[in-house]
Amino acid sequence: MADMKIGTYICKGCGLGERLDCDNLAMIAEREGKSNIVRQHDYLCSADGVKMIQDDIDNEGVNHVVIAACSRRAKTEAFDFDGCAVSRVNLREGVIWVRPDEEELRETTQEMAADYIRMGCAETRHMNPPHPNENRGHEERVLVVGGGLSGMKAALEAAKAGYPVTLVEKSGRLGGAMADVWKHIPTRPPFDQLVDNPVPALAKEIEAHPNITVYLNAHLTRTSGAPGRFSADISVESGETVTENFGAIIQASGFKPYDLANLPEMGGGRIPDVVDQMGLEKLAIEADGGPIKRPSDGKEVKKVVFVQCAGQRSDQEGHLPYCSGHCCLTSIKQAMYFKDQNPDIETLILFDDLRTPGAPGEDFYRAGQDKEITFRKGKVTEVTADGGSVKVRFKDLILDEEDTEQADLVVLATGMVPNAGVDIEALTKPNVEGESEGDEAGGEENAEGEVSVPVESILNLTYRQGPDVPQLKYGFADSHFICFPYETRRTGIYTTGPVRRPMDAEQAMEDATGAALKAIQAIENAKLGRAAHPRSGDLSFPSFRKEGCTQCKRCTVECPFGAIDEDEQRYPVFNESRCRRCGTCMGACPVRVISFENYSVDTVGQQIKNVDIPDEFDEKPRILVLACENDAYPALDMAAMQGIHYSQWARVIPVRCLGSVNTIWVTDALNSGYDGVILMGCQKGENYQCHFVKGSEMAHYRMSKIDDTLQQLNLEKERVATYEVAITDIERAPKLINDMAKTIDEIGMSPFKF
Amino acid sequence: MTDYNQQMIEKYRENFLKEVEHNVEEGEWVKMCMQCGVCSGSCPFGPYWEHPPQELFMMIRAGKRDEVLKSDSMWMCTSCYNCIARCPRGLPITHIIHGLATYAKRLGLAPKEQPTAKFAQLFWDNLTKTGRVNELKLGLALYFKVGEGLKTALENKDLGLAMLKAKRMNPFELVGGHKCKDIKGLHAILAKAEEIEERKIGMKA
Repeated sequence: MADMKIGTYICKGCGLGERLDCDNLAMIAEREGKSNIVRQHDYLCSADGVKMIQDDIDNEGVNHVVIAACSRRAKTEAFDFDGCAVSRVNLREGVIWVRPDEEELRETTQEMAADYIRMGCAETRHMNPPHPNENRGHEERVLVVGGGLSGMKAALEAAKAGYPVTLVEKSGRLGGAMADVWKHIPTRPPFDQLVDNPVPALAKEIEAHPNITVYLNAHLTRTSGAPGRFSADISVESGETVTENFGAIIQASGFKPYDLANLPEMGGGRIPDVVDQMGLEKLAIEADGGPIKRPSDGKEVKKVVFVQCAGQRSDQEGHLPYCSGHCCLTSIKQAMYFKDQNPDIETLILFDDLRTPGAPGEDFYRAGQDKEITFRKGKVTEVTADGGSVKVRFKDLILDEEDTEQADLVVLATGMVPNAGVDIEALTKPNVEGESEGDEAGGEENAEGEVSVPVESILNLTYRQGPDVPQLKYGFADSHFICFPYETRRTGIYTTGPVRRPMDAEQAMEDATGAALKAIQAIENAKLGRAAHPRSGDLSFPSFRKEGCTQCKRCTVECPFGAIDEDEQRYPVFNESRCRRCGTCMGACPVRVISFENYSVDTVGQQIKNVDIPDEFDEKPRILVLACENDAYPALDMAAMQGIHYSQWARVIPVRCLGSVNTIWVTDALNSGYDGVILMGCQKGENYQCHFVKGSEMAHYRMSKIDDTLQQLNLEKERVATYEVAITDIERAPKLINDMAKTIDEIGMSPFKF
Repeated sequence: MTDYNQQMIEKYRENFLKEVEHNVEEGEWVKMCMQCGVCSGSCPFGPYWEHPPQELFMMIRAGKRDEVLKSDSMWMCTSCYNCIARCPRGLPITHIIHGLATYAKRLGLAPKEQPTAKFAQLFWDNLTKTGRVNELKLGLALYFKVGEGLKTALENKDLGLAMLKAKRMNPFELVGGHKCKDIKGLHAILAKAEEIEERKIGMKA
């Protein structure tokens, strides 16, 4: 930029003034860093210090600010200058706190600080002040897909917060699975009496709400766009298609009960008096408060056995490996249907581990025991028809012996299967092998040659990555169950209820409220052109230089969030509002044409190049550390706060995600004489901790190929190391740096110093 | 006594849990056990019980009447109250265990040769005879009737002599011994109490 004016501000507070020669740093900022204005302040984050900077911005035209003070993670509010490109030079946590305060070490500590000043100035020279993307939508309407309990609650909460809502339900009535439930688990202390089903009241509230439009017998045939400007084609009851625009989407497509017929050894599908929990709800509704009658001959049930964990929490093939979370409470509730009607009916619950999560939890379990529901810890081996009754064989796990019970009715707690639409990751596999693309209905043959049932898409997204949101585990659509609930890997689309993870009605309603909040947040962020979680508020977005692009599609394939589509010529089309700003596309690009205004191949590359590399005979190695700003960089900051020291040869550069690391940085660093390179990212793989889901994994994959480069350069492969570092690795992260320093000591300096 | 046992079997048929709830002190708590096993893990005698408390409660729910009532497990309880202090469900476990022992004894199902049960009977007989505990006789009975034996008796002889010297034990207790003032009155009280109790639990009309 022609009118770039760099102001570098050096803080002397927090001991920086005493430990470092700040005049020397100022000189470097001016001469080498090409700063137009360099000022020092005793206490830069004070009102006076901030005013000094603001005055330069207002009166001297400074638009690039370099703050040489504490970590970029500290004092973010004080050093927030609108419209300016701001670089943070970490002299406190990055230099003086990680080095011992000893006279003979002053020289190397000063060199460290000087290098960071050079790096900060170089970074800002290649940065532009970010401005919000122009391609943003202002749509406020929320689309809720699914009219079950979660969907109804999400619609109501969004509408009550003032956002118009369109609710699309595939069946002919609201309520979903929960509409077919007789009574609910109590939600208030003392948690001992069953309460009425909340569905009818919610449905009434929705029908009466002026801000909610409901389409019954409807589904989505096409969904396109991005947060703030989604467009959906809704096929409605009359057969017509309605097209509406939305700001955000909540997918509450619910669950299907696990198919009873998969459990023939437990009588599922074979014995009429063996039902699942939904089957018992049906019997209870039919009984309408009177005696519950069994399906086979209409006889009043005098003894009922509930079998927990039927076909779930099992490693048997075809069973569900997970716990559905609600079934223990549901069985207690259903046993109460009998006990409340007639206390003499025998109710036995055979459990493995009785799990009662949520507020009613233990109190409700106790209430069940108090009503004389019998609980036995046992594993059912077989359920058979025995004359007019059902015989349950089981092993009592406390008494360690086989036993049998005769019952009129057996209820299997079978668990929930998410209704998440098409598993797009399974879809893309045959495509890789060059098979027909766009086979959206699934139906591919699996290894055993069995044809799986085609799954219908729920959203029918026009994204290049596939028609539905990616699934995390066991078909549940989420991106991380613990760290980022609701966040799918499709920005602006939030899943809620049992499609996200197994849950009961009470949890689903709470979950739906959260999803409504996330949807509103996405709408508001989209309006301002800002990023959503986890770089919430970030205005920068990726763009590419078309002349250089080779249409290799790596960016579109590797984007963890499906933000990038392709045009007819296979050039990338960035949907800025879908972007989470991780930079994985930037790391992927082999020709390095993708960049952000304030984060690019150059902003980091120039930092690497501007470090002073001393002569080989000076015995002063240089170690480049590319540390993920989410976990590794904070871990190093915290190590500094705890006074843990690390090597004076390290030069740490924070990156948005390890996925944004372009291998050119590593190659350049090695070429220009760095002795070692360390990459620190988050945990990858099945239990990943990466804030951008796949970033760390991509980086590890790319770095596995770095050996070729090292070989070409004739360098030892120990010089490059990639680690998974957690935010809690406060002692380990500095140790990894020290280990590299030791390794360099052993294998010697790099021969590439000029 | 066995008549009473038969009477109870007929009354409760298959439902042993109900029988316990109605007849055992604090028995209504048995259904509230959640089988966590903290009681069994806390019991200092845990390894010596055939069925620790958690298992007893499960057996009651599983209707194992004979196995529970004929078991010597509840006679192993030393009333240390560890289980009560630790039970997350607040079950008065010690009391239930003693309640079960009492009930088993009443039904005539308690194990005959169990030392604790035997000693308890000795103690009761010793006490009710004169209204005062005759420690010399009780001690000797422990050694020679319950089966501690001559060896243990001889091991404790120095202690016995020291007690004699300190006038804590009187050798003349062996013949007769002291008694309370109105021994007849005491026996009448006990007989009446037994009668009331038996009427209450339905052993007598």
